[in-house]
Amino acid sequence: MKSIADINAIKERMQKVLGTREGQTENNIRIVVGMATCGIAAGARPVLNAFLEEAAKRNLKNVKVTQAGCLGMCKYEPMAQVYIPGKEVVTYVRLDEQAAKQIIVDHIVNGSVVTKYTLDIE
Amino acid sequence: MREISLHILDIVQNSIKAEADLVIIDIEANFNKDALSIRITDDGKGMSKELLKKATDTFVTTRKTRKVGMGLSFFKMAAENSGGNFEISSKEGMGTVVMASFKLSSIDRVPLGEMDETMATLLMGSPNIDFILNYKVKTENKIREFNFDTREIKEELSEIPIDEYEIISSIKSYIKENIKATNGGLVI
Repeated sequence: MKSIADINAIKERMQKVLGTREGQTENNIRIVVGMATCGIAAGARPVLNAFLEEAAKRNLKNVKVTQAGCLGMCKYEPMAQVYIPGKEVVTYVRLDEQAAKQIIVDHIVNGSVVTKYTLDIE
Repeated sequence: MREISLHILDIVQNSIKAEADLVIIDIEANFNKDALSIRITDDGKGMSKELLKKATDTFVTTRKTRKVGMGLSFFKMAAENSGGNFEISSKEGMGTVVMASFKLSSIDRVPLGEMDETMATLLMGSPNIDFILNYKVKTENKIREFNFDTREIKEELSEIPIDEYEIISSIKSYIKENIKATNGGLVI
């Protein structure tokens, strides 16, 4: 996109996509990334981006990546929580871009939790 | 923080929590004055005089006033470490202005970093808030400028949400290209 006017072309494309997506808002999967001072300092911004990019690349329209404040365990940042309807919440810790991509592929697409990055409460 | 753009992302989160409708981010790299100035202005609920006094004191935050925790202290420290300065003013019911000035040439100044990423993250997190980015580079004989306003984008988009991935990534590359052009080869 070179100028604001170019957004019109994208807009037309989007209108078609959005039309076919009506009624698909059920069964939404949510990925919540901690985006407070602690998260940002630890590298949450590229992690959030990696989640979004990978979900878009795989055309996962039922995945919503959102941001939260401090999740209360700053030393484990960057953190993310995965909410899948009907399943227990999974908390991932000390993430990087690679981990985010792996979570999309293994957990979201194939349904197996990436235990390497899960939070183990001692 | 490794980049000034990460500080900006963090400070704007305060504005969002303060229920701002409009956040203005002014960035000016002035090579004549060897200064990089960042100003974040919001129309949120502002702070009382007591809270404002404590705003940049690390560790005085309570859960109630968590929005002024470490973020402002970090930003202040980063500016002062480079030989710059920091100012904050606020008025209850009016909003808050945070100003940090960095010495451009200082070895202790972290780079500005990826402002496109910061803007994209903000738009995604708060699609209902409007953001303005005024980016200016002043050199001996030239002033280059780039202005971005989500209100203009939203008008063009009409019913399409701004936080759709395709829109966000177009905006991101738009900001990136324009900042690069505004820099004109200078490293900021």
